[in-house]
Amino acid sequence: MTVADIQFDEQGQLKHFLTIEGLKRDHILQILDTAQSFITLAKKEIKKAPLLRGKTVVNLFFESSTRTRTTFEIAAKRLSADVINLNPQHSATSKGETLLDTVNNLEAMHTDLFVVRHPNSGAANLIAKHVPPHVRIINAGDGRHAHPTQAMLDMFTIRAHKGDVKNLQVAIVGDILHSRVARSQIHALTTLGAAQVRVIAPKTLLPTEVERLGVHPYTNMHEGLRDADVVIMLRLQRERMNGAFVPSEQEFFNLYGLTADKLAYAKQDAIVMHPGPMNRGLEIDSSVADGPQSVILPQVTYGIAVRMAIMALIMGGKPVARKRRTSGSTRGSNGTTST
Amino acid sequence: MTMTADINALIAQMAVALQPYLDRRPIMIGIHTGGTWIAQKLHQSLGLSDPLGALDISFYRDDFTRVGLNPQVKTSDLPESVDGRHIILVDDVLHTGRTIRAAMNEIFDYGRPESVVLAVLVERDGRELPIQADVVGQHCTLTPGQHIKLVGPEKLALKVLEDNA
Repeated sequence: MTVADIQFDEQGQLKHFLTIEGLKRDHILQILDTAQSFITLAKKEIKKAPLLRGKTVVNLFFESSTRTRTTFEIAAKRLSADVINLNPQHSATSKGETLLDTVNNLEAMHTDLFVVRHPNSGAANLIAKHVPPHVRIINAGDGRHAHPTQAMLDMFTIRAHKGDVKNLQVAIVGDILHSRVARSQIHALTTLGAAQVRVIAPKTLLPTEVERLGVHPYTNMHEGLRDADVVIMLRLQRERMNGAFVPSEQEFFNLYGLTADKLAYAKQDAIVMHPGPMNRGLEIDSSVADGPQSVILPQVTYGIAVRMAIMALIMGGKPVARKRRTSGSTRGSNGTTST
Repeated sequence: MTMTADINALIAQMAVALQPYLDRRPIMIGIHTGGTWIAQKLHQSLGLSDPLGALDISFYRDDFTRVGLNPQVKTSDLPESVDGRHIILVDDVLHTGRTIRAAMNEIFDYGRPESVVLAVLVERDGRELPIQADVVGQHCTLTPGQHIKLVGPEKLALKVLEDNA
């Protein structure tokens, strides 16, 4: 069973959120549209919706994270769930407990949704295959494999600032090789039919045969950034490098660090994104990170609404063939609200 | 089956019935989708000064755990503050009362209104909650298995549907 199969139920509805791979354009658009509705929630005096009232969400982070864990926590709390944050690498795992035993124990405490980050690729899939049918899993980053909620909030950001992804040239710059974010972004962008997706990096940081993902590789920033609408910078993941991938940080910055000079090759109204955490002066210059084209902080804000949308969509009951008795629950374009 | 009711006449009649509420400077809020169509017409004919609000109650439905999230959630758009304001809540059909309950729950997350009145185009039988309308365009009683539905928005019309149709 592929990862794509695990995350759907028999009716083809999302039940886990593990990877962008295998999602249809409509799945992605539904998440983005739902997220749009959650944006206005923050305007309310009571910034909550009752959808996950009485549900327990466990943030299970085997790898450190500030942004992702916090936005997941806020998202779950705004949906009225009870949220527990765990860093098992500091407790159970360090005492020798296996991943699945940790999950079993938490499941025995009636957890409804696990948000999992793990340094090993495939950890979230493993858990999804293991848990009973009513438990849901969201992958919050597994090794070098995928970080699908980050890619979804990036798509949301692009749509919010540049409109339909279809017409856009998107350049992803930096440590493509070690980046689960880049992999998920590439799947999302190609599924949404972006005009062109480019990856820019030194050869040592480009996966072999990266073209097979439907992207155009560049090793030169000027060429790669030319007329780009969206520039996505990636963090240089020094903690995942064992060996010399880049000659020196100074040289990397000189060749691939996003400065105002290099950004000038992109379209004048191009936006600059970064999933965080940023290494200022390594992959991005402060003048760009804090400049007028940067949407790095809006990305964080959108991340809450996008994660709320994903949680709400996978945690809801399954749409069953409904009798017309409750016609209010089928509110189409000419629908009505007769319940 | 399309009902012969003249929707515009019903709305005009509702506008007359809403006159006594106008000196409270009410805020009008329509419930997506049909309710907003009726609310737009009422808002215009009553000449209300505050912008029209719209509610999508998908996030407040009581059947989320059974049927999941509405695949086409619209955005709720309420005036800046409902605190201390009088509200006219507008929907197309009042049936079980569950939509109105959800709508009131959502409104109260925006603040504490001074009062809420309910205006509906059609009030039918089948209430499951102690909720009733203050202003009604038309009352109707349907046979079991029948449903009434407002279609639009270009030309508003009421349709009666059969379960087995």
